[in-house]
Amino acid sequence: MEDTICAISTPIGVGGISIIRVSGNESIEIVNSIFKGKDLEKSESHTINYGHIVENGEIIDEVLVSIMRKPRTYTTEDVVEINLHGGIATTNKVLKILLDKGCRLAEPGEFTKRAFLNGRIDLLKAEAVQDVINSENEFARKLSVGQLSGKLSQIVRELKNELIGLEANIEVNIDYPEYEDIEEMTIVKIRDKLADLSSLLENMIKEANTGKIIKNGIDVAIIGRPNVGKSSLLNALLEEEKAIVTDVEGTTRDIVEGKMILNGIAINFIDTAGIRETLDVVEKIGVEKSIKKILEVDLVILVLNGNEELTKEDENLLEKVRDRRHIVFVNKNDLPKLIDLDSGICAVYGNTKDLNGLDALKREIVDLFNVENIDKKDFTYISNARELSLIEKVKVSLDKALSSLDDGVPVDLIAIDLRTAREHLGELLGETFDEELIDELFKRFCLGK
Amino acid sequence: MMKYEVIVVGGGHAGIEAAHATAKIGHETLLITGNIRNIGDMPCNPSIGGTSKGVIVREVDALGGLMGKIADKSLLQMKMLNGSKGPAVQCLRSQADKEKYPANMQNALLNQEHLTLKEGLVEEIITSQNKIQGVVLEDGTEIFCESLILTTGTYLKSNILRGSESTEEGPHGERRSNHLSDDLKSKGFKIIRLKTGTPPRLDANTIDYSKLKEELVDDVKYSFSHDEEARYEVSKQEKCYLVYTNELTHEIIKANLKKSAMYGGYVSGVGPRYCPSIEDKIVKFKDKEKHILFLEPQSMEKGSKYYGALYLQGFSTSMPRDVQEEMVHSLVGLENAKILEYAYAIEYDAIDPLQVKPSLESKIIENLFTAGQINGTSGYEEAAGQGIIAGINASLKLKNKEPLILKRNEAYIGVLIDDLVTKGTIEPYRMLTSRAEYRLILRHDNADLRLRDYGYEVGLISKEAKERLDFKRKEIKRIKKSIQKEKIKKECLVDIIDNARTMSIYELIKRPLVDMDVLLKVVPTFKDVDKEILEEVIIDVKYEGYIEKTYRDAEKLLRMESKQIPADIDYDKVQNLATEARQKLKSVRPLTIAQASRISGVNPADISILLVYLKKEYGKNE
Repeated sequence: MEDTICAISTPIGVGGISIIRVSGNESIEIVNSIFKGKDLEKSESHTINYGHIVENGEIIDEVLVSIMRKPRTYTTEDVVEINLHGGIATTNKVLKILLDKGCRLAEPGEFTKRAFLNGRIDLLKAEAVQDVINSENEFARKLSVGQLSGKLSQIVRELKNELIGLEANIEVNIDYPEYEDIEEMTIVKIRDKLADLSSLLENMIKEANTGKIIKNGIDVAIIGRPNVGKSSLLNALLEEEKAIVTDVEGTTRDIVEGKMILNGIAINFIDTAGIRETLDVVEKIGVEKSIKKILEVDLVILVLNGNEELTKEDENLLEKVRDRRHIVFVNKNDLPKLIDLDSGICAVYGNTKDLNGLDALKREIVDLFNVENIDKKDFTYISNARELSLIEKVKVSLDKALSSLDDGVPVDLIAIDLRTAREHLGELLGETFDEELIDELFKRFCLGK
Repeated sequence: MMKYEVIVVGGGHAGIEAAHATAKIGHETLLITGNIRNIGDMPCNPSIGGTSKGVIVREVDALGGLMGKIADKSLLQMKMLNGSKGPAVQCLRSQADKEKYPANMQNALLNQEHLTLKEGLVEEIITSQNKIQGVVLEDGTEIFCESLILTTGTYLKSNILRGSESTEEGPHGERRSNHLSDDLKSKGFKIIRLKTGTPPRLDANTIDYSKLKEELVDDVKYSFSHDEEARYEVSKQEKCYLVYTNELTHEIIKANLKKSAMYGGYVSGVGPRYCPSIEDKIVKFKDKEKHILFLEPQSMEKGSKYYGALYLQGFSTSMPRDVQEEMVHSLVGLENAKILEYAYAIEYDAIDPLQVKPSLESKIIENLFTAGQINGTSGYEEAAGQGIIAGINASLKLKNKEPLILKRNEAYIGVLIDDLVTKGTIEPYRMLTSRAEYRLILRHDNADLRLRDYGYEVGLISKEAKERLDFKRKEIKRIKKSIQKEKIKKECLVDIIDNARTMSIYELIKRPLVDMDVLLKVVPTFKDVDKEILEEVIIDVKYEGYIEKTYRDAEKLLRMESKQIPADIDYDKVQNLATEARQKLKSVRPLTIAQASRISGVNPADISILLVYLKKEYGKNE
C-alpha cells in the first residue's frame, strides 16, 4: 500500500499539455529530487509551483507542479501532479525518470482504487470515476458523471430503504406480536410491494442495456462473401465520418477496425477478417468460429452484391443473421440489378462507389437502436457488469420471495430472501448494514414495555 | 482468612446462573447479595421469555441453567408467541408469579452443593498485578477468591426517580452500592450511566374489567425445560387485559412533560429505545391516537405483596406521583384504580462492554468476569444467558481450559455477547430476533441440539440427559431417512392436498399446508414418535432450502471467524485505516476478521486494508 505510484493521466497526444500524477508517501520527495525551482518539500499544500524537470543537470521540460498533501487529496495520500508542455516523447521521458527514482507505474485505475480503499469514495463512485476515465464520448461522460453525483447510488439507496421499511414492518410483527395496533404485514401486502419492486428492477435491467450502448457503443460486424464490397463499405462509412482507424480493443474483446460516432453513439466496426478467407477450404473451421463470434455483436450488416444472383452462401448467411439484429445492405446498385430478394427481407440499396445509400443505412442503425431517444433520457443506468449482475441477483431474491409467498412459506422466512436482496444492494454500495434494520425498527414504530 | 474459589456478587438472574453453574461444576462458590430474600426478584415485568428472550431461556436450560425450570414451576400463564408464523421466530412467554419465582429460586440455591449464600454489600475489589484476589465488604471484611463474577444489576450508584424526587436506592428500596463503581473506575474501567423504568402497580379490586378486553390464552401446554413435562392446567391460567391510552391521557402528559424526571432534566443516563416511557412514546409518535397497554397479574400467592397488584405494562413513566394519579385515571376502565406502587425511572452505573472479552472476562483484570446489567444489557433472560456463560468460563479458566465462546450461528446468547463486546452499547441492550442473522437455525425447538453437548462437557448436564439427547438425534436421523423411501398412496391424499399423487412422506411434508396434524392422520407410524422429534423432522424438511441457505451463510461467517487477528497487532502501524476505524479497532481489539467486520465504523475498505496488512506482516497464514 505504501509504495508511490505514477502515471500519465491525460490522453497521450491529445491537447497541448499532459499531466503526470504521482501518489504515495514519497511522491513529494521523489518529484522534488528531479525538480529545479522552489523546494517542494517545503511548499504548502494545494499550491502550484513553477520550475523545470531536470536530469543530470539537463532541463527536460518547463513545468507547473501541483502539491497536494494528505489527506485532502483524491487518494487521501500525498499527491503531486506535473503539468508538462512537451509531447509524447517528453512526457514518456519524465515518466521514465520518475520510475528510475523509485515510483511504480500505476495499474489502470489504481488511483481510484486507493481512493476507495482509503475510504474516500464508495464503490459506485469508484466505478463511475473509472468510467469517466474510460468514456469515449459525450454521452458516456454524462452517464459517468450522473453516477458520480450519486444518481445510481440514490436509486439503489431508495430501493434499499423500501426493503428496509418492509423488513422492519415484518420484524416488528415478529418481535412485538402482542402489539395489535401495529399494521400486520400480511402476505397480500408484502406481495404487492414486492411485485412493484420487482418490476422496477426489471426496468433497471432493461435500461442497463441502453446504458451499455451509451458507454461502450454498438459493436457492428460487416459480413458477406468475398468481393461484395465489405471493405469499401467500411471505408466509405469511416471516410465520410472522418473517423480514425484504430486498433483499440472493442467491448467484445475483438479487434475494432474502425469507429464512427453516430448521434453521439460510438459505432465500433469489429474485424471479421476470418470470413474473407472462406474460399480456402483449410480455413473452413476458422470461418465457422468467426461466424459464431459475429453472432455476439450488437448488429450485423450483411453485404450482398446486387449485381449477382443470390448464391447458396448468401442464403446461408441470410439464414444465420435472421434471428439477430441485422441490416442487409445490397451493394452495387449502380450496376444492373440481378439479385432477387425475398419480399420479406428488408434491405437498404446503395453503392459504395457513389457513396449512395449510406445515409439510409445510418438512418436504419439509428432507428434500430432508438439512438435518437437515448439522449433525452435521464442517465441513471446501471453501466457495468458487476452492477448488473448484483441488480439481477436482487431481482432473483425478490422473485424467490414472491414465489415462496405463493407456496405459503411464513413471513419470517420470506424475510431471509428480503435480507439477501438487501445485502446485494449493500454490496452494490460497498456498505455494511448491520444496525440499520434495528435503527429503522425503532424509528418507525412505537414499541416497548 | 475467608477464601472461595469463586465469588459471585449479586443475586439477580445473572448472578444466580453464574453461581449455580460454578457450584454445580464443583467449585466452592460464595454468592454475596444485599438481601437473600431478594434473590431471583423480578423488579420489572412479571414475565419470563417473550420474543427471542424465550429462546434464550431455552438455551440457558439446554446448557444446564435454572431459569427455565424455575419459570415452569412458577407459572401464571404460558403462551407460544408467533405461533402463526414460521418456526424460526416462535418463542415461549410465561407470566411468572413474582412471589413463587424467587422463592423457588432461593430454594434451589439453598440446596445446591458447594454454594454458600451471604448477605453483604461489596464496595471494593482486591487485585494484585491486574489479577483478582477478592472483595471488600461495606464493613471492611475481606473475602478472597480465585475468580470473581460481578452481576450487580442496577445497584451501582442507583437513583430512583419520580419527577424531581430522587432517592439513592435500588428497586424495592434496597440499598445501593456507593463505591464499587468508583473503585472499578479507579482501576481502569470506563463507567457508563444507563437508565430504565417501570410502570405503576394497581390494585386489582379497583379495576372495571367490563370496560377492558381480555387477552386470549393458549390452550396447548408448553414448558421451557427440556427435562420436565409441563404440569399446569391449561384452563386455570391467569388472564391479562388490554388497556388503551386516549386523547385525555396524552393531554395530561403533554401538559406535565417538564415535571417528568426525563424531560425535566433530572436524568443523566441513557434509556432504551425498546422500552420507552409513555412520555417518550407520546413525544416521539405525535400522530398516534392511542397506545396499547397490558394489565398483567403479578402473583396469586395470598399474603404476598404482589397478590392483587396488577402491572400496567407499557406505562412506564418518571412523572411525579400526583401526575401519575391523573394519568392512570384517564384510562378507560381504570378511572377508579388505586395505585399501589408508583412508576419510577432508575439510573445506574454500568461498565463499557467493549472492555469485556467474548468469554465475559474483563480485559483489564484477570479472572474478573461480568454479566447482566453491569455489561449494559436489560432483561432477566439476557442476564441469565450471560450469567451461565460467565460461570462456565470462570470455571474453565480455573481449570486452564479454553473459554466457551458461542458463535452467532450457535445461539442467541452468542449473538448477545458478540454484539456487546464488539459494538458496545449506549443504551440498555435488549435481544430481538432481528439481531440474529441466522435465527432460522437458532430456534426454540432445537436449543438442546445446538447447546446441550457444551453443557455436558462442562459438567452441567447429567449423563441421562445427554443420553436422551443422543437418542433424539438418532431418531431424527432415522426418520429423515425412512421418509425418503416410504410412500403414501394417492387414495390417502386426495382429500388432503391439491394435485394428489402417490408420493414419499418427504415430498408430502414439503407441500404447503401439510403440518403435524395432517401427517399424524396419514402416517400411522408417526403416532409412536415423540412429538418433539417429529417437529424437528418436519421443520428440517419443510424449510430445507432456507435452512441450507442459512447454513451456507453461516459457513461464510465461519471462514471469516477463522481468520484470526494476532493479539499483538499494532493498529498504528496499519497504514491507510480510516481514523474512526483505527480508534474502534484499538479499543475493541477484535479476535477475528469476522468480529472486526461487525464493528460499526469499520468499513469493508478498512477490512481489506487490514487483510492486506495481516498477509504482509504475518505471512500467508490463511
